[in-house]
Amino acid sequence: MSHHITEGINLHYSYPNGFKAVNGISFRIYHGESVGIIGANGAGKSTLLMLLMGILFPDEGEIRIGETKVTKKTLPMIRQRLGMVFQDPDDQLFMTTVYDDVAFGPHNFKLDETEVKKRVMQSLEKTGIVHLKERAPFKLSAGEKRSTAIATVLSMNPDILILDEPASFLDPKSRRRLLNLLKSFDHTKIITSHDLDMISELCDRTIILKEGTVISDGNTKDLITDKKLMDECGLELPLSLQKCPVCSKKYKL
Amino acid sequence: MRYLEDIAHKKTIIHKLHPVIKLVTTFIYLTVIVSFDKYEIIGLFPLILFPVIMTAAAEIPVFPLIKRLIYIEPLIIGIGILNPLFDNKIISICGLSVSSGWIVFISIVLKSSLTVTSAIILMATTGIDKIALSLRSLKIPKIFVLQILLTYRYISVLIEEAGRTMKAYSIRSFDNKGIQKKAWGSLLGGLVIRTYDRAQRIYEAMCIRGFNGEYNTGGRFKLSLPDILFLIFWTLFFIVSRLINLPLLLGLLITGA
Repeated sequence: MSHHITEGINLHYSYPNGFKAVNGISFRIYHGESVGIIGANGAGKSTLLMLLMGILFPDEGEIRIGETKVTKKTLPMIRQRLGMVFQDPDDQLFMTTVYDDVAFGPHNFKLDETEVKKRVMQSLEKTGIVHLKERAPFKLSAGEKRSTAIATVLSMNPDILILDEPASFLDPKSRRRLLNLLKSFDHTKIITSHDLDMISELCDRTIILKEGTVISDGNTKDLITDKKLMDECGLELPLSLQKCPVCSKKYKL
Repeated sequence: MRYLEDIAHKKTIIHKLHPVIKLVTTFIYLTVIVSFDKYEIIGLFPLILFPVIMTAAAEIPVFPLIKRLIYIEPLIIGIGILNPLFDNKIISICGLSVSSGWIVFISIVLKSSLTVTSAIILMATTGIDKIALSLRSLKIPKIFVLQILLTYRYISVLIEEAGRTMKAYSIRSFDNKGIQKKAWGSLLGGLVIRTYDRAQRIYEAMCIRGFNGEYNTGGRFKLSLPDILFLIFWTLFFIVSRLINLPLLLGLLITGA
């Protein structure tokens, strides 16, 4: 299934102000994998996602989605296969109704109206928000906005889902709903987050970034339980592995 | 603006009309209004019927409509207020001597209010997406349609950012007497940069979902008999109102003069 491999080869990227955000990152993600990308603020997580989506282009190195290198020319094809959910759903939802927002991508692919409707309804059903389809996105709650943002991406039938801090702005119940929703998808998933409990639940594999480089890449449980490694990378053990502040007993995962 | 978008999704008979028909009717209405002579006031009165009937039939709340009109009034008054100063010709109306500048001023205010109201009604009954679709189906180049659409989108982004900035400023300023002189620069600078960044992120979100400059809203509308009747009725009414001074005619008929 080489056409479903997502690969970054020796990626380098500096912002115009000279800040080196990505400094020689390489990785290879296989079909169906759920990969968490974690790291402190400024470690290069969001820049890496932007490189993957072709919003930014690396100064050096290349990204391949299957056999295809990400270039300006291949972007339309790449973007049909990758779906990205932004950290702030307000950046992603710009149409006047939830239905129109979810239909925006399929319309751009020039699908006929019946197919667009089918895809929109399927995506709304998967995310459990059919009842919101006539609502204005800006009037929804944070959880509903997040589900809508995911539906906008699902309607494009992507092979790979990229999620930037998907649990931010969510209350515990909405976060749980989101986790269950993401667990139900069999797409390849690339998730950046500071919520290590979520990463441990959703991702079998984790890549840890620090100052634009890959510090570690391996089994999630092994990495996020390594206190020394977490400290080095400006992170903490997941809450589920920390001791209870009242009785000092460890929570169970 | 979002309020207008919100009520654009109502299902009244006016909302259900073909968007191109509404756009063309509004365009004819605007053309007829601006074609009136600068001293004309009474002749404009019958044209008030169009916004009034549209507002009632489309169930648009009157107060928010007037509120939006009031926002634009200072600009209209600013444009028209110099007329009474420069146009000093005295004319007599019912025995009263009035400077013709005031007549022009009232005419400008009336014309502007009617045109702005009809544009707001078009927005509130059609929505920006369908207006854009109509413009494209009338073969307006996509670059112009896109500019209108994106400007409309980003104005709300700017307003939201300004709202957040003002909120942040007000909770940290202790005298609620507007914005201090020295804070204006950094507030405005920050606002422009943040709006630009946010607009950029929205644009990226659009590109990621296959946007390539063509705005595909996918709506396809079929012309129906009510659409055609709506267009014919209002076009005839506008033309008759333009060619015949209806209030004067009515007055003559009533008085029998």
